[in-house]
Amino acid sequence: MPNILMPALSPTMEEGKLAKWLVKEGDTVNPGDVLAEIETDKATMEVESVDSGVVKQLLVAEGTEGVKVNTPIALVLAEGEEAPAGGPSPAETAPEPAEAPAVPAEKAAEAAPSAAAAPAAPKFEAAADPDLPEGVEMVEMTVRQALNEAMAEEMRRDKDVFVMGEEVAEYQGAYKVTQGLLQEFGKERVIDTPITEHGFAGLATGAAFAGLKPIVEFMTWNFAMQAIDQIINSAAKQLYMSGGQVTAPMVFRGPNGAAARVAAQHSQDYSAWYSHIPGLTVIAPYSAADAKGLLKAAIRSPNPVVFLENEILYGSTSEVPKVDDYVLPIGKARVARKGNDVTIVSFSMGMRYATQATEKLVAAGVDVELIDLRTLRPLDIDTVVESVKKTGRCVTVEEGWPQGGIGAEIASRLMEHAFDYLDAPVTRVTGKDVPMPYAANLEKLALPSVDEVIAAVNAVTYRS
Amino acid sequence: MARKAVASKAKAQSNLPELTKDQELEAYRDMLLIRRFEEKAGQMYGMGLIGGFCHLYIGQEAVVTGVTMASRKGEDAQITGYRDHGHMLVMGLDPKGVMAELTGRQGGLSKGKGGSMHMFSNEHRFYGGNGIVGAQASLGTGLAFAAKYRGEDTVSLTYFGDGAANQGQVYESFNMAKLWKLPVVFIIENNKYAMGTSLERSAATTDLSKRGLSFDIPGEQVDGMDVRMTYDAARRAIEHARSGKGPYILEMLTYRYRGHSMSDPAKYRTKEEVSQYRQERDPIEHSKARILDLKYATEEDLKTIETEVRAIVTEAADFATNDPEPDASELWTDITIPA
Repeated sequence: MPNILMPALSPTMEEGKLAKWLVKEGDTVNPGDVLAEIETDKATMEVESVDSGVVKQLLVAEGTEGVKVNTPIALVLAEGEEAPAGGPSPAETAPEPAEAPAVPAEKAAEAAPSAAAAPAAPKFEAAADPDLPEGVEMVEMTVRQALNEAMAEEMRRDKDVFVMGEEVAEYQGAYKVTQGLLQEFGKERVIDTPITEHGFAGLATGAAFAGLKPIVEFMTWNFAMQAIDQIINSAAKQLYMSGGQVTAPMVFRGPNGAAARVAAQHSQDYSAWYSHIPGLTVIAPYSAADAKGLLKAAIRSPNPVVFLENEILYGSTSEVPKVDDYVLPIGKARVARKGNDVTIVSFSMGMRYATQATEKLVAAGVDVELIDLRTLRPLDIDTVVESVKKTGRCVTVEEGWPQGGIGAEIASRLMEHAFDYLDAPVTRVTGKDVPMPYAANLEKLALPSVDEVIAAVNAVTYRS
Repeated sequence: MARKAVASKAKAQSNLPELTKDQELEAYRDMLLIRRFEEKAGQMYGMGLIGGFCHLYIGQEAVVTGVTMASRKGEDAQITGYRDHGHMLVMGLDPKGVMAELTGRQGGLSKGKGGSMHMFSNEHRFYGGNGIVGAQASLGTGLAFAAKYRGEDTVSLTYFGDGAANQGQVYESFNMAKLWKLPVVFIIENNKYAMGTSLERSAATTDLSKRGLSFDIPGEQVDGMDVRMTYDAARRAIEHARSGKGPYILEMLTYRYRGHSMSDPAKYRTKEEVSQYRQERDPIEHSKARILDLKYATEEDLKTIETEVRAIVTEAADFATNDPEPDASELWTDITIPA
């Protein structure tokens, strides 16, 4: 008070119609009393009084169209209050219309970056893998065992860690990844859920807000489509929306990507989907050692982690160092083979095609550098850039679709950071741009292959 | 005149739950704080100081006030949807921080990065402020899960509206809450309209207190315009949940006077309906009438409360108007916690 201003119904409203006065000069008004009705083409609104006082003057007549936002429309004075000097005038605090005036294109083009330009993103620096003790014993184990050990070890270490999901307890895990956990940790910490992905993903996220550290197993990531709102809108964004107050320290995990002959709804790679989201950490390991070390890191992470496993890789065996607490850094790629001729970048199941192709290519005299990303967000682009500066060539391999995929992202980042070093276009080997077919021959065609990786390498090294 | 009628009715029906003098006065003050705060927020929105969506709680004050009074403040968790300003004020969050969040300033509860729909407080155990309709039902069930997992005797007070009551995850949450006997009270704030769609036009069955029947969750309909009723029902429901019997549903029959958000066509209900609620059912007017009738306070005392409340709101508005916007460097903070 004393001036009542023409209100905006939305941030984009600039003017409106004063449809009706519900008070007259001389009336006494109290907070909440409706003074007037205003209208735009979209909405109507009642202007309420916020203070007590007497209506001294109505400044805009009923029915006036095109009344600008923040124009004084009435003068209401509290007991003993003086009218503003010089008569009614727009309040000094009234902000300028939010929308900036349109700038002609040519002007905009020559304009220097304004002071409001976004500051640069902070650079992410991942730690190196821990040094292993000399002569450390290496144990052969499956990815499944490695994941199982990681969960068991972390549950022994921290009683706030629990696992929930469909068939994780009595059934011992749909893919046996949680085998034995119920027996060791009991049903309070190994919890069979109803088939209710949206609900239990939200429930676990709420539990994480309250400080627990849930591991949510999705029987496969295909079913997490039912829960994706909670993963992204609740878990991933919570820290930011709360100005750093509330986080969701939790892991969403399960098999991702194509299995075998299960067709379109059960064969999909979500790597690119989740790697798109700020606030999430996304991990997609290939080897048993990485599966163990990174899952342990994920469970300890204070952030929500999407941990993408692969059903076909569960049974594959590789060496895991036998140390007490094998934890790997999140966000660090692994150079699986050093080489000088071409860089192949892959992760998870893609590494199987890439590895087999590398063996053949090396035998044929191509010195391949093979990089396993392991973490997709934050993405260790430095390792890839360093490699490509050396080789001048890059082939990416993934099971996901090409458009907006991980390979597309790497190609784009290489354009930004290694353009002058490239001797050939970055080339992608991806799943085909089709829903997964069921027929055995078509399914094979839809997935990447070792031959396709070799062909891509031959193309970028101009050997074909 | 409405005042007198109400007061004598209160006397005549002696089986109505009664609040103590202190409770009546506390409820009156809390409801008034919400009302005045929201009126100010509406005004500031109109001036362009508040952007985006702004959902006001005016009319529904008795719901959160009564429930919070029946809870253990600071111990029991609360979570709600996007119409959340009132919840925070009653739970004791700083009105300056709430208003400055509405204006997107650095002193806002979320440093200006959340806005009207996204504010939180670990200290007060308020978990938002959630913008996706129905998401808070499963999140709130998770808060209850955490309490049970840790062996704490706290309760999760999970609010959602009549609109959210048609979301699937609400029933997923009901199922798990009952299956695992989680200490959660589901408070359905039925203000009759999901945006502009009336309950009758959106729900196959309109008695939302019965929505837990197939999960064997007890529920009751409560006069959400009367703080005595909301308090009394919440006390019963919270006791049920705290004692290990599992979830409880309270359908609070309430009404919002303002539009769904600020930009509201106001075509889906009649003006008569709105003014009838305001004139005959207003929770604050009724509370005031009782206080005077029972001689818990004089007109002068209530005026003093009003003055105090106004001062708080004015201080909040001034702070929210003058506090600087967040520093540009805040763009990149709070995305993940560094390892």
